[in-house]
Amino acid sequence: MRGIFTVFRKEFIENLRDRRILLSALVFGPVLGPLMLAGLLQLSVSRGEATFEKPMTLPVIGAEYAPNLIATLESQDIKVEPRKFNEQQIREAIAAREITLALRIPADFAERWARSEPAAVEIFADSSDQFGGDASAERVSRAVRGYSRQISQTRLLLRGVDPVSTMPVVIHDIDVSTPASRASFALGMLSYLAIFAMLFGGMYLAIDATAGERERGSLEALLTAPMPRPHLIYGKIAATMAYMLISMALTLTACAIALNYVRLEEFGMSLSMGPLTTLKLFAVSAPLAVLGAGLLTVVASFTRSFREAQSYLTFAISLPTLPLVFIGLLRVEPSPLIMSTPSLSQHFLMMKILRGETLAMPDLLYSAGASLLIGAALCWFAGRLYEREAILG
Amino acid sequence: MITVNALSKRFGKVEAVRGVSFTAPDGRITGLLGPNGAGKSTTLRMLATLLRPDAGEAVVDGQSIVASPIEVRRRIGVLSHASGLYPQLTARENILYFAELHGIGRQQARSRVAELAALLEIDEFLDRKTKGFSQGQRLKTALARSLVHSPRNLILDEPTNGLDVMAVRNLRALLTRLREQGHCILFSSHVMQEVALLCDEVVVIAQGRVAAAGTIEALRSQAGEPTLEDAFVKLIGTAEGLN
Repeated sequence: MRGIFTVFRKEFIENLRDRRILLSALVFGPVLGPLMLAGLLQLSVSRGEATFEKPMTLPVIGAEYAPNLIATLESQDIKVEPRKFNEQQIREAIAAREITLALRIPADFAERWARSEPAAVEIFADSSDQFGGDASAERVSRAVRGYSRQISQTRLLLRGVDPVSTMPVVIHDIDVSTPASRASFALGMLSYLAIFAMLFGGMYLAIDATAGERERGSLEALLTAPMPRPHLIYGKIAATMAYMLISMALTLTACAIALNYVRLEEFGMSLSMGPLTTLKLFAVSAPLAVLGAGLLTVVASFTRSFREAQSYLTFAISLPTLPLVFIGLLRVEPSPLIMSTPSLSQHFLMMKILRGETLAMPDLLYSAGASLLIGAALCWFAGRLYEREAILG
Repeated sequence: MITVNALSKRFGKVEAVRGVSFTAPDGRITGLLGPNGAGKSTTLRMLATLLRPDAGEAVVDGQSIVASPIEVRRRIGVLSHASGLYPQLTARENILYFAELHGIGRQQARSRVAELAALLEIDEFLDRKTKGFSQGQRLKTALARSLVHSPRNLILDEPTNGLDVMAVRNLRALLTRLREQGHCILFSSHVMQEVALLCDEVVVIAQGRVAAAGTIEALRSQAGEPTLEDAFVKLIGTAEGLN
């Protein structure tokens, strides 16, 4: 046991002095993570703001044919900009990003209107435009539909029909999402960031302690120390684990601080990431560090050089983190199987904490138990690797 | 004292060591001489408990390298030819780390480092990070590291590789001093002059076997050649791979 601690302390201190390792463990996650998170949130928040709340300008062709419609649009903060384009020119202007959308009112609009025939208007927009063209088009079309409904009801009234009779069924949309749950949807990437930062924080230490030690030629001397060889590697894994936990703790703390600067409340989202929440997030994901440290150490032990280890470990890190990027897009319900899958289970637990839900004890046990069990198996395996002669390279 | 008895080791199809036997007594410097690839390093690595022999046995101060490798490790100091150090630690920290791995108490380890620093004349760079050390500084630090637990037996694998003339002279002086203190010193080399200058006993190894063993005088008369060089060439059967 004392040997394990000796190795742990030496690896911990030595790597604190290595700039590259320090950068990856203590700077990368904790600084870039929250910046990315806050930046993305701010972006999505302000984009929503731009399309739905702010006045927008709408290029209109043939505005003179429907003055009442134009007036209605103007009353809804849609500033109309008369243009003289033919269809070809509209398409070109949208393709060239001069305008994001356009409304065209045909010359026969007034004529058809007078005959009580459906008068067509056309909205041109690029649905693949990710800068809000689609959302703006939706807003314009909603305004036009509203105007149309208003007119149809007036016409019915004029003919002595109660407009209510034309609406046998009405739909009331009731949004049951809480401000906290709306926020956590946007924050699905927080767990990704935290888990990625954790694994990345231990990556260079895992490499340095295995492939690095061999490449430097200090491994042979170390293996002549009078202690069981697995103890040496357990000390190294413990140091990797410590760096991972520190890295994640810093990242979570930094995220908690950064979120104070994102104006989520104004958009019906609330996210309380106070000290207790941060602590809970740390606690549920900590067992993953045992698995992560074991995994990275085992993979790095098979490689022959620092460079080789680096490319393999980058892959090993993306293995548990990449699914988290896509899991938000799929509708996956947490089942016992998922709750025993490392990294996925931590993700779901973190989401639950962020949503302010209570955690179920079985979920916690499955999640922590599976990660610790697989982690312990990997540590044992790493120990066996160091008993083989091939470890000398 | 190190007693080697019919030690064998193969890597796949290559028989690196085929039944090597010799004795390295206390208070003597024993040299393993042989061309590159003769099996010197493999033999020393088995004695250092880094490799497990396929057959045969070796005993270090009464402890078997096969049955009780950890006990053997307490009794040997090993200087492998790579002798890598931890670049982010100072020379002193490098040495203290190994003292701790050997279970030496902090107080005792400090005074041992002071002792070794005087012996090896490393005070000047003792508290500098080893990153950027010269080959000679590295060797001295690595040597101090392998001596920190005061082992009776010292195993050195090609210790003079890459050293300049002054460093070799210093190493020679040091090994002579350790011999006078009664240590058992076993080292390998493919440089004939080095072995001739330093060794009391020579074990000539070629193709994984002991070709001859004894004092330099004995080897010379055994081969019936007037010069050492001719004697070695005759004993090994070829001059290839020797310097």
